[in-house]
Amino acid sequence: MTAHPLLQAHGPGTIFASRSGQPISVDTFLRDVAALAALLPDRGAMVNLCPDRYRFAVGFAAALCRGQVNLLPPHDAPDLLEQLRTDYPELYCLTDDASPKPGLAVFRYPSMLQHGKASPAIPVIAAEQPAAVLFTSGSTGRPRPHARSWGELVSSALAEGKRLDIAALGSAALLGTVPHQHSYGLESLLMLALRHGLTLHAERLFFPADIRAELAAAARPRILVTTPVHLRVLLAEPETPPPVDMVLCATAPLATHLAREAEARFAGALFEIYGCSEAGQIAARRTALTEEWRCLDGITLRRDATGVWASGEPIAVETLLPDVIELRDATRFRLHGRIADMVNVAGKRTSLVHLNYHLNAIDGVRDGAFVLPDEAGADEAEADEAETDEAGADAVSRLAAFVVAPGRSAEYILGQLRRRIDAAFLPRPICLVAELPRNALGKLPRQEIQRMIADARKGLGCD
Amino acid sequence: MSDQATQTEREQQLARLIVKTLNLDIPVSEIDPEAPLFGEGLGLDSIDVLEIALAISQNHGVQLRSDDQNNAAIFQSLRSLSEHIQRARTI
Repeated sequence: MTAHPLLQAHGPGTIFASRSGQPISVDTFLRDVAALAALLPDRGAMVNLCPDRYRFAVGFAAALCRGQVNLLPPHDAPDLLEQLRTDYPELYCLTDDASPKPGLAVFRYPSMLQHGKASPAIPVIAAEQPAAVLFTSGSTGRPRPHARSWGELVSSALAEGKRLDIAALGSAALLGTVPHQHSYGLESLLMLALRHGLTLHAERLFFPADIRAELAAAARPRILVTTPVHLRVLLAEPETPPPVDMVLCATAPLATHLAREAEARFAGALFEIYGCSEAGQIAARRTALTEEWRCLDGITLRRDATGVWASGEPIAVETLLPDVIELRDATRFRLHGRIADMVNVAGKRTSLVHLNYHLNAIDGVRDGAFVLPDEAGADEAEADEAETDEAGADAVSRLAAFVVAPGRSAEYILGQLRRRIDAAFLPRPICLVAELPRNALGKLPRQEIQRMIADARKGLGCD
Repeated sequence: MSDQATQTEREQQLARLIVKTLNLDIPVSEIDPEAPLFGEGLGLDSIDVLEIALAISQNHGVQLRSDDQNNAAIFQSLRSLSEHIQRARTI
């Protein structure tokens, strides 16, 4: 039976994390993990909502030690947690704030963890043990689970580190603007730190001024794990950011000019990572130098009539990728955006089918459809041609919705949607209409949709 | 609108900036200065906050920080955000 230690590159006496400017040693981390693992309830599935990255890491590792799986939902809307509870009856929530989680068993992260006398050994976890479950939106409104074993996560993090030559950066400070509950955050923050001896910074950075201050306070070398949205805002400010030895960017395509500007301003290399919740990270590229993606070692792609499939050691079950991919060979490709019906708002991905399901499930809604405004659609259509993604990749496109709901207000519909879907997909605007111009097949012709959006822009009948 | 809910000149300027930055489909004058910007109010999210922070930095030279007293309180309403910008400018 194959097994992997919880961490492998941190030597005794080294630093695992930094929290509020204070270093946390590997020994303290292992003691915290052992102490928390002893306290966790006897339930099989944890949803770890700790916003503090260090506490998230301790919770994640403690769950592994107890043979519990970490569920990583894309958001914590009440209805989603309720669905997860139905699907995982043993579910409980680990959190470190006081906000109520109705209907969920809650375990609060203790303010003090009592350490034992002896220094604990590094836990060793079986490769086939289910470690994390990530979710995508299914077409029926129920989240679709994608399980990753400990062995898959380890193998994926080793391949990522090798591609990025992380070893050359020693015990670099690892800072990030992305949530660790996201597959990119899990892989490029927690797993990268655990496999490669990096120093995980506990704060999730948000405002540009925070990012600059935390970077400046961290010892070099520094790695920044971020997204196109954060990068664009960071680079739009006149202040020169502190040097960053490596920038990682994922969740949505980054415009080449932004990648080049980031490399110049940070004085370090920027790598984009391509992956998805279904399969985890797949490939990387140095965007300033090439548009071609190269798979991480051990991953290969193949095309059939359905689409492009990924397989290899970090992906136990061959997985269909949700994007339009042009293969050069089994490990090199170009990416051409989402498959129709998939929408991506600021790195969050879902399908129109899923959103329409929730819209039409609202009490009082007779008919309704989410639509993608034309600019966003045009960007995707043109993405075949090199460089045309430059302008489109910068902007955050919002969805609109057209709804037939006599007697209901746009505020009511927005309030109902907020309970059901991620805030990034909330429509702007919501247009209440007498009927939708469906054709004989029940579909909404594209030109009709664009005409409705154009009318809406003129201020006809929208809130 | 009550007197309380009437926008001051500064609040009106900020409302204009927010509506322009986020392409909101509402008249500037309809943003109640005391209504929440998130949740049931304008329904903004974290991406919007980032865009607003950039616009405020570029227009007012004020940098928002996560460790500023209480971010949730600053973004509570148009009024609280406007007051925060004034305080930060006079420091």
